[in-house]
Formats: sequence, C-alpha cells, structure tokens
Amino acid sequence: MKLSILGARVIDPASGLDQVTDLYLDAGKIIAIGAAPAGFNAIESIDAKGLVAAPGLVDLNVALREPGYSRKGNINSETQAAAAGGVTSLCCPPNTKPVLDTSAVTELILDRAREAGNCKVFPVGALSKGLDGEQLAELIALRDAGCVAFSNGLESFRSTRTLCRALEYAATFDLTVIFHSQDRDLAEGGLAHEGAVASFLGLPGIPETAETVALARDLLLVEQSGVRAHFSQLTSARGVALIAQAQARGLPVTADVALYQLILTDEALIDFSSLYHVQPPLRTKADRDGLRAAVKSGVVSAISSHHQPHERDAKLAPFGATEPGISSVELLLPLAMTLVEDGLLDLPTLLARLSAGPADALRLPAGKLEVGSPADLVLFDLGSSTVAGEHWLSKGENCPFIGHSLPATVRYTLMDGRISYQA
Amino acid sequence: MTPLDAKRPLQLNAQGQLQHFLSLDGLPRELLTEILDTADSFLEVGGRAVKKVPLLRGKTICNVFFENSTRTRTTFELAAQRLSGAAHFIAEHVCPQVAVINGGDGRHAHPTQGMLDMLTIRRHKGGFENLSVAIVGDILHSRVARSNMLALKALGCPDIRVIAPKTLLPIGIEQYGVKVYTDMAEGLKDVDVVIMLRLQRERMAGGLLPSEGEFYRLFGLTTARLAGAKPDAIVMHPGPINRGVEIESAVADGPQSVILNQVTYGIAVRMAVLSMAMSGQTAQRQFEQEQAQ
Amino acid sequence: MSLPNPAELISQMALRLKAHLEHRGISEPRFIGIRTGGVWVAQALLEELGSDSPLGTLDVSFYRDDFSQNGLHPQVQPSALPFEVEGQHLILIDDVLMSGRTIRAAMNELFDYGRPASITLVCLLDLDAGELPISPDVVGATLSLQARQRVKLSGPTPLELELQDLAL
Repeated sequence: MKLSILGARVIDPASGLDQVTDLYLDAGKIIAIGAAPAGFNAIESIDAKGLVAAPGLVDLNVALREPGYSRKGNINSETQAAAAGGVTSLCCPPNTKPVLDTSAVTELILDRAREAGNCKVFPVGALSKGLDGEQLAELIALRDAGCVAFSNGLESFRSTRTLCRALEYAATFDLTVIFHSQDRDLAEGGLAHEGAVASFLGLPGIPETAETVALARDLLLVEQSGVRAHFSQLTSARGVALIAQAQARGLPVTADVALYQLILTDEALIDFSSLYHVQPPLRTKADRDGLRAAVKSGVVSAISSHHQPHERDAKLAPFGATEPGISSVELLLPLAMTLVEDGLLDLPTLLARLSAGPADALRLPAGKLEVGSPADLVLFDLGSSTVAGEHWLSKGENCPFIGHSLPATVRYTLMDGRISYQA
Repeated sequence: MTPLDAKRPLQLNAQGQLQHFLSLDGLPRELLTEILDTADSFLEVGGRAVKKVPLLRGKTICNVFFENSTRTRTTFELAAQRLSGAAHFIAEHVCPQVAVINGGDGRHAHPTQGMLDMLTIRRHKGGFENLSVAIVGDILHSRVARSNMLALKALGCPDIRVIAPKTLLPIGIEQYGVKVYTDMAEGLKDVDVVIMLRLQRERMAGGLLPSEGEFYRLFGLTTARLAGAKPDAIVMHPGPINRGVEIESAVADGPQSVILNQVTYGIAVRMAVLSMAMSGQTAQRQFEQEQAQ
Repeated sequence: MSLPNPAELISQMALRLKAHLEHRGISEPRFIGIRTGGVWVAQALLEELGSDSPLGTLDVSFYRDDFSQNGLHPQVQPSALPFEVEGQHLILIDDVLMSGRTIRAAMNELFDYGRPASITLVCLLDLDAGELPISPDVVGATLSLQARQRVKLSGPTPLELELQDLAL
C-alpha cells in the first residue's frame, strides 16, 4: 500500500540522518526519503508534523510465554504490547514449554507471530537440548527453521568442556551464541545482589563475582573458539569493564543490558516488593552508573526490555517465593526516553541503542531507516507524556513503572508499511 | 526514579503508633521505650496468682507458621532462607483491624526477641547510655542479631560490637553502626553484656566453618574468655543453646547468665506488643472514620 | 459552681472511714489507691489518719472494658501491692466516681491476686452518674455535673479540683 509520512523529524542512527523530511512507503518498503517519487499517489498519508520518525525498535529479549505459559502471556498479547512500545522486531528466548530446541516449536512460534501480525519475531534457539546444559541441540535444524541465534539462558553448562565444544560447533557454521554469564555455584540460592541491602533484608545474595567470574571464563572461551558472541543482561560495572577490555583487544563481542538495570538499583527492594525481584538481580548505584557509562560509550550497543510477564499469583507471595521478572516491553520507548531526559544520551544515540545496535549484534534485517529497507517505523511525540498503565496490553501487570508519567508517547508503529499500533 | 509506593512505614499508623510489629527498623527510641515500659507492667502480672489479664478477651489470635517446625535439616534451612519478608507480605495484604506480629522471618528480623533482649539488659543494667555490648557468632544467618543491633542503636548504646569469622559476617555490616571484631579476647574486653548466638549444625556444610570444635576454640564463650569482660557482665542467649559449641556449660549455668530470665521477659514483651498493636489498629480505624467525615 | 476543697474533704473522710471500720469490726485493713488520682487521695488519707500502713498502687489499664474503643493507655505502669490480698480486708480508694467501670476493673484485678475478705470503697467525689450498681462506702462529696463537664484532681500536693468543659 502506498503510504506517505509527512513532516516528521526523521532519525536514522545507522546513516546519521536527522532531519525534518517526508517518507514514502510502498509494498512494505521505504521507497523514498525527501522528495516523492514520480507519480506517487499515496493511498494514505500520516501528518507527522511534530513527531519523530525512527526505525522500529529492535528488542533482543522479549518472553512471549508461548508455547507453555499461557497464564503469563501469549504471542498475540505480548507482540501487541511490544508494538505499543514501538517495537517492530523482537527476539524471544528459548525457555518455552516445550523448550525451543526443535524446528517444530520454532515453526509454531513463527506461524503464530505471522497470524498475530503485530511484530516480527526472530526466535533464539536453545543451545542445549531442553536447556539442560548437557547435550548440544540441533543448531542447524533450528537455524533452518528460523532461529537467529542460540542461548542457554541463565542455565550453566554442567561441564565447561561441553560448553567449549558447543561454541566450536556454533563457530563452524558462523552461528551467534548469546551468553547470560552467571556462575551457578556462586549464584545458587541467591535472590538479590549480595550487598548491604540484601544483608539488611536477610535475603540470600548473588555476589557480583557470579557474573564476572563466568564472564571472564566465557570471554576466553569465545576467543579460543572464534564463535560470534553477544553478551546479554549484564548487571555489574566490573562486568561491562571486562567487555570493554575484550573489545579493546580486538574481540568482536557485543553486549546488551536490560533497560530497568539502567534505572533501578537494589535499593528498590527495601520494602520486599516482589515487583523488583529480577534475575539476574538489580545491583548497586555504582553498578548502575557503570552500566549507564557503558551504554553511553557504546561498549554496550543494545538496550532491551528483558520483558517477562507473569500472572498475578507469581508475584503475590513473600519475596523469596515469587518468580523473577518485570513486564515492560510496552513501555520500551517512553521508559528509554528517561535516559535522554536525564542527559545521559542524546536522542539519536538512544535510538541507535534501541534499533541499529541490537539489529547489528544479531545481524537482523532491521534497525535501519533507508531507501530499500523494510518499512518498520515508530512515530512518537516528544511533547507528550505517557502515563504507564493507562492502557495495558501485556498479560503481565508485574511492572513497577505503572503509574509513573514517562516522557514521549508512541503514536504509530508500522511493520512492513502497515500500522501495527496506533495510540 | 523513586518507587511510587514509598510511604509511611507499614507498621506505624497515622499517629506513629504501632499497628503491626514487623521489624525494629525505623522505630523511634520513644516507641521502643514504650514497649519496654508496657512489658514491665506485664512482668508484674506474671508474679500474681492469676497470670492473665482480660485485655484481649474476645479477640482472635492466629499463629501462622511458614517454617517447618520439625527439625528436618534441609527443609528448615531452605524455608529459613526464602522467607524473609513473610510478615511484611501478610501485613500488606491482610484486611484492616488485623494486627500482624512477626515471630521471626527468615534472616531478616525477630523484633520480639530484640525487645526481650533489650528488656533483659535494661532490667539488669539500668539503661543503655554507657553500655558496651558484644554479639557473638553466626551474625550472617541471624535475624536476632539484626534486630538486636537495630534496637541497641536506637536506644542509644554507644558501643555495639560483633564478633565472628568473616564467613559469618554479612556484607555491609557497617550500616548497623557496629564495630567488627574477629578475635574474642579483643572483642569481649570490658563489655557489660555478651549475647551469644546459636550456631546451626548445618553451617559446617558449604564451607562456612571447618568444624564445631574449631569454632568453639576460637569463638566459644568459656569461663576464661568471660573473665575478660567486666566482672558484673551478663551473659545472654536467645536459645536453644548448643553446649560446647558456642558456650561452655559452666557459663550457661553460671551466676552471670540471665538466659532463663530471658524466657520470662519474652512473655511480657509479647503481651505488650500484642496489646499495643491492637490498640494502634483501633486508633487507626477511628482516625480513618474521622477523616471520612 | 464552686468545687469543694479536697483538704477539707479528706479530714471528713478520715472520720467517716474510722467510724465505718469500727462498725464493721475491721482492725487491720490494707490500703490500695487506683492510679493516679486515687493514689494521691490515699496518701493524703493515710497522712490524715496518722497511719504508716503500706500503700498498694493499682493500675487498671489491663482491666478496662473499653479497649476495643479506645485502645491501651499509653502510660500503663506496673501495679504494686506490697501485701497479700488473700483473706484481707481491703480499702480501695479512687478520686472521682463516675460510671463505676474503673471500680469494676479494679475489683476484677484485685480478685486476680487472691480472694479478699472484704472491699471498702472510698471516693473523694461521687458524681452520681453510675452505669453500674456500685456506690462508695465512704465519700467526700457528691456533685452533679452537666453533660459536658468533667472534674479533674491535680496533685499530689496540694490536692486541687478543677472543673473542665469538654466542648471547649
């Protein structure tokens, strides 16, 4: 369908474009920026004066909860929520039920996502069968079915040697492995960052070394195997420092952090509120500052929501008996805009971390706003604010930001030139 | 971004009176003193022929246990680990006019034990202003230690010491305003009060300590060690005691031990706290009714 | 209205009490004052009688019947009875008798100490506003107040009565 978007401030971080201009879409692609192509008759036109147009956001970690966890969410509800947050491409993690370790589950997810039509879904397959850390999953079958990368979630491999072999196998076929580095023994039984707050509350702690020890090991294994590696959900300043060192000596690794880790610290736990129970845990102010600096410098090139919706019961218990996770994909753009409001990032850099950065990390066909690219866009209003939770699409209401007023409002999200969300 | 739900502490009503008793954190000195004074009155009741008062007649009291009361090693340990915040959770979700008293949640707090320890100290030492108090043992896993440190600080004790090996000290112990010692002789020098904590047998697993024997050698309260404290120092223990592990029998049964008295004080403290919390609930209801008008 | 002078009332009460005790054949009674005003009155009475008998003090906070409405009194103190109750003749002293509920609470409390042989009730003022069948054996003066008025005793020395208007 021929669609024109007129008068927006168009920002494409990948090319450096930042200018008030017009966009012309046809057959799901961007066909012109600036001047209309000859003979172009738009069937529809969006008056985008005063709005920003950016590449649709790319979220590398959104749990859709289907198959297997229908009380927490499903592909339709969670992709709708994602579209409301400005997301046009997302990756879903392999911890479904059954685990995403067969082509059948991959196809199921892709079919459902296509039916729902809210967002492009790029599944991340399990690195080991059943995510048990013992046997390699059939990575090629998964790749051919549509998986774009492989991860073992927070589950450690039983044997470092098995992990090493898995990485070598993946490297053979140029597959990307996503690491959630955490040492199982150091993290065991822990509910919160091992620090003054957890001590005060009497909560068993997960020391920073649980992340850094595993990270150091994983980086060395990446170097040895040559596998393409992306490090996800970092939580500590020392952790991002290790990534920076590795990048400095030429290792082409990328990294992302959860948006809420850039905003919250373990001090939020002080009333035992289960809304702040997440894994890996919220750490100290110093860690948060370290993560923010790394996002600013580009050592961390991607920000994701780490969306984990839960049913009410999962959070309605004393802290230690609740399930970890925050549901927040539908606030991704407005919540991320607080980083611009704080003065940490300028708008183009923020948009880079939310679009081109994540897309490049996993080599996804997304995150660019240029002639010929898919018409995946988000149009948002900087002059308006969003009261989080007024209209809530995700099945999971476990979001501590509900009720807060956030800067910017998403007005339109377009996927392949079609409106997937409209405010 | 501050959580939107940060407000008046859950356990205090609009007038700052107790309406639940969850933890000693954030309770002002005056309130703690009121608890001790009220407990004194209940102590006197314990000396009568009829050791009850009709104050709570007609009220329903419900005992809720989250931890296995059998001494099954693994389940008790797991339960204790996971249930910090249990009382807080109940207090948040309970209907109005129900007062929640925390009988001990995980490693977090044991406010009634804290107050009965304070009552013991006050009755035997008069006050807190010039006192030196040492808490010895497994601080890391102890909700009693946490409550005691908070209470002593709020009541104005100028010299609060903890004595333990590093493996049994929580990170950030400094936030309680205490002095840390890893040597018994130094830590006990001239103290007025020694509070011994129970060492669970399970601590040997997981590498926290090599053996009970080694712990006793370094941190056990023997007659010889106690001699380093003031001659009229009192010895306390929340119980049940592990003879020969954290404390020598001769000390536990000796003239400086007030361990048996602690139990009696405990009853008075619990009666005081129950009455005050119910009272606070009543006052809050009246306040809310007045506001509605 | 003018309030009576407590000191004068005390001397009259002392005489009446002596007569009452003789009439009943009570020789060695135990004196108990209800906190706080009753204790002051009891002390003044004992001094008037020239007696060095030990004085028991009773705090009735745990026995009041209005806990559900008003909660616990913030300054509850321990009761202190330096003598046995069992089989003894008690003289229970309070400052102002109104509904009678304080006296009921005091008697319930005394019975939790033991079974007395008798209780003689002495009050400085009777406001004739009883809600229970309780009346004093010895009284200083009877007053009638209006609905909004209350009387307050201050002490211990000098003992003074003050009229209060609740509406103000």
